Amino acid sequence: MTAALLDARLVVDRGAFRLDVPLRVAAGEVVALLGPNGAGKTTALRALAGLQPLTDGHVTLAGTDLDRPARGSWVPTERRPVGVVFQDYLLFPHLTALENVAFGPRRRGADRRAARDTAREWLRRVGLAGHEHRRPRQLSGGQAQRVALARALAVAPSLLLLDEPLAALDARTRLETRAELHRHLAAHAGATLLVTHDPLDALALADRLVIVEGGRVVQEGDAESVTARPRTDYVARLVGLNLYRGRADGDRVRVADGLHLTVADRVTGEAYVAFRPAAVVVHPARPDGSARNAWPATVSGVQRHGDYLRVRLDGPIAVAADVTPAAAAQLHLTPGQEVWAAVKAAETHAYPATG
Amino acid sequence: MTATRDAPPAAPAVRRTPSRRTRIPLPLLLPAALGLLFLVLPLGGLLVRTPWSTLPQRLTEPGALTALRLSLQTATLATGLCLLLGVPLAWLLARVEFPGRRIVRALVTVPLVLPPVVGGVALLLVFGRRGLLGGWLDATFGITLPFTTAGVVLAEAFVAMPFLVIAVEGALRAADPRYEEAAATLGAGRWTTFTRVTLPLVAPGLAAGAVLCWARALGEFGATITFAGNYPGRTQTMPLAVYLALETDLEAAIVLSVVLLAVSVTILAALRDRWISAP
Repeated sequence: MTAALLDARLVVDRGAFRLDVPLRVAAGEVVALLGPNGAGKTTALRALAGLQPLTDGHVTLAGTDLDRPARGSWVPTERRPVGVVFQDYLLFPHLTALENVAFGPRRRGADRRAARDTAREWLRRVGLAGHEHRRPRQLSGGQAQRVALARALAVAPSLLLLDEPLAALDARTRLETRAELHRHLAAHAGATLLVTHDPLDALALADRLVIVEGGRVVQEGDAESVTARPRTDYVARLVGLNLYRGRADGDRVRVADGLHLTVADRVTGEAYVAFRPAAVVVHPARPDGSARNAWPATVSGVQRHGDYLRVRLDGPIAVAADVTPAAAAQLHLTPGQEVWAAVKAAETHAYPATG
Repeated sequence: MTATRDAPPAAPAVRRTPSRRTRIPLPLLLPAALGLLFLVLPLGGLLVRTPWSTLPQRLTEPGALTALRLSLQTATLATGLCLLLGVPLAWLLARVEFPGRRIVRALVTVPLVLPPVVGGVALLLVFGRRGLLGGWLDATFGITLPFTTAGVVLAEAFVAMPFLVIAVEGALRAADPRYEEAAATLGAGRWTTFTRVTLPLVAPGLAAGAVLCWARALGEFGATITFAGNYPGRTQTMPLAVYLALETDLEAAIVLSVVLLAVSVTILAALRDRWISAP
């Protein structure tokens, strides 16, 4: 593996909360920092931008220490080769789109004219030619997002940081903007770190996911490995899987007292078992037949979820099951009802908890 | 006929409900009306007693014009001085955490509650010829402040600065500091951020503060007469001229008062819609 352009270990103590996240991002790579609210994602981004000093660890970009408390090195925000797209963009309301984008190049030494030329070119690249003299309040959400991107990229940053870049957009604009953002991020030669709580944004935009919970990295990898083998409830929920941890012994995993699940894979020791909600079959009484995993459960909730209904089941393990409206009507599913849940061994996926 | 009359009883009932709801209780309405009258009546009385026929002639009298010009000049200079010193002070109070910040903020507002005459005495004690700094200024630079036009500016600035500082500090606190962070990520240092981002963001608050400050300086009387005296053409501003005229020539006092009133109202009206009512 080539040396990472960004090499960091972000340690920030804030009272009871401690962020400790190692991060490496190669040139041209897009990494998504994914996690629930309060996981420390924004703190990590602020630490990289120099808006939040580290307590310990380091931020090293292209071999230069930007922040390393142990050695007393510190480069202030305005001298870091970093561009930031803020969650609500923070376009300067008193400046036009062109002046907003020209602001960075101008501060970094370009003369007025060169800065404006650079800005005009960036606005053209993000598809906003002709909007140069609009003020931020005259721009739509999607346009403002593109101006914010152009403004961050106009300084040719070695490290581009994006904080929930699509969160402020409505669903339709979001789809279009996501595709376009993907194009610009792919073209960016420097390292890119994207902070988001939306798994779709992360999967669509990033080459690699780093998942943080409670200030720690809980899982890391490309989209495929993370979605196939979630390691925490949060990740499992993100990718829509039921996830259980237990002790495996060959093709059986003990996931709760008195409940062993038969799985298709062979594992031993601590292991995870994952299966899709659609793989869970709900029966009015104890099923017989090919489904070898069955357990009694109580319906705790029924929710509409796209074309089907998502049924929450309590019991030895809490399970989400997807059933068709027809099946739900037949079973008369209501909260509190006693049912049986079943899942075929072939529909499960088991993998070791370590490594 | 009876049917049509009986039919819409709901309509008046519906109409009565909102009017009953908006009816203001007398114990509130009466003092409110009296309060308004109390504020407006003296101004009306001033206008009623104004000698409109001789007004143009009175206005062109050299004494009146000199006092007006001096007032406008000193109020503007005092506002400039307040902006120069008050804006950085407001920034410090709003943006920098330092020990004793609350005490400093309280000190800034002291001139606001201090009787202006006391302010004038205090200024004399510091900048007077034998004052703490005045003696040194006189001996070293030959600068004398009391009883000069510069003294008028100083007295007005002393009294008016809190208005500016409080308004600007409020605007700075209300402005989102993350814009300043955004500027920093684009390579702007603190000073550039202040001039290019912070100041434009608080411009409405700054303007409102400057107008209040200017209006207060224009009306300044107590500190001015104590510290700068009452010399026509040099330190006699409009309020001082009004007071002096009252002793000898009531009509002249009225004319000067009307001019001062007109200037204040004009400035207020001109700026109100643009800045003062802005969020």
